[in-house]
Amino acid sequence: MANKFDIQIRAEHEYAVLETAGYLNDSLGERLSKEAQELIEKGYTQLVINLDKTALINSIGISILIEIIEALDERDGTLNFCGLSATQERTFRMMAIAKYAGIFPDEKAAIADF
Amino acid sequence: MANTFSNDEVLLTIPMRPDMELAAAKLASVIAESMSFNDDQIEEIQLAMIESCINAFEHSRSPDQSVVIQYIIRTNELEFKITDQGIGFNPTNKSTRRTNQPDLHPDMRKRGWGLEIMNTLMDSVDIMSGENGTTITMVKCKTA
Repeated sequence: MANKFDIQIRAEHEYAVLETAGYLNDSLGERLSKEAQELIEKGYTQLVINLDKTALINSIGISILIEIIEALDERDGTLNFCGLSATQERTFRMMAIAKYAGIFPDEKAAIADF
Repeated sequence: MANTFSNDEVLLTIPMRPDMELAAAKLASVIAESMSFNDDQIEEIQLAMIESCINAFEHSRSPDQSVVIQYIIRTNELEFKITDQGIGFNPTNKSTRRTNQPDLHPDMRKRGWGLEIMNTLMDSVDIMSGENGTTITMVKCKTA
């Protein structure tokens, strides 16, 4: 079963948005982590991850998201999520992710928080 | 791959290969939809199914490298039995998969969430594990 996934990146002046599409597992997670690390190294410390087109996510994918939160923490940065389903948001809150990253309904609200 | 052996049960065997957990989750979704579970519940079922399969993939060291999933349809609930023939595991042990890096925030640890996700999303989760394999039984009840 092929898992088609993609990441779209929109880097603005002070922030960048990473929009995922497809199943967020270790493969997509590693790609997302690499893209996020490159943005952080370029000086972007305010990132949005838009999961609107990611219907399914597993715990390995979430562990990679936590690594991105930690990488931004070390540079006093901020990660905001948007586009989560109700179940994804519930899972993120259970895993304490909501304590260390923002959760917003849409990209506009996630960006406005910076 | 799917094999129906009674009106109320479906049996699926998947190999321990990347993304095969999606096949198990997709079938769970189709069955739950046919039973009129709501969209949120169907997503909860899919995520729990994915975690249970990944658990078997990562921990079982099963010689036949396969997982058997039994879907049992009841009037107001759906039961899943996810079975491997591996070496068993201790549910209290946290996974060390992928990273051994220390956690920056102990309450947001990077590993060992699979069973907690299953417990959060399903109405009941029971684990029978021994030297001849593991069966995780999960039940999801329909809500109005």
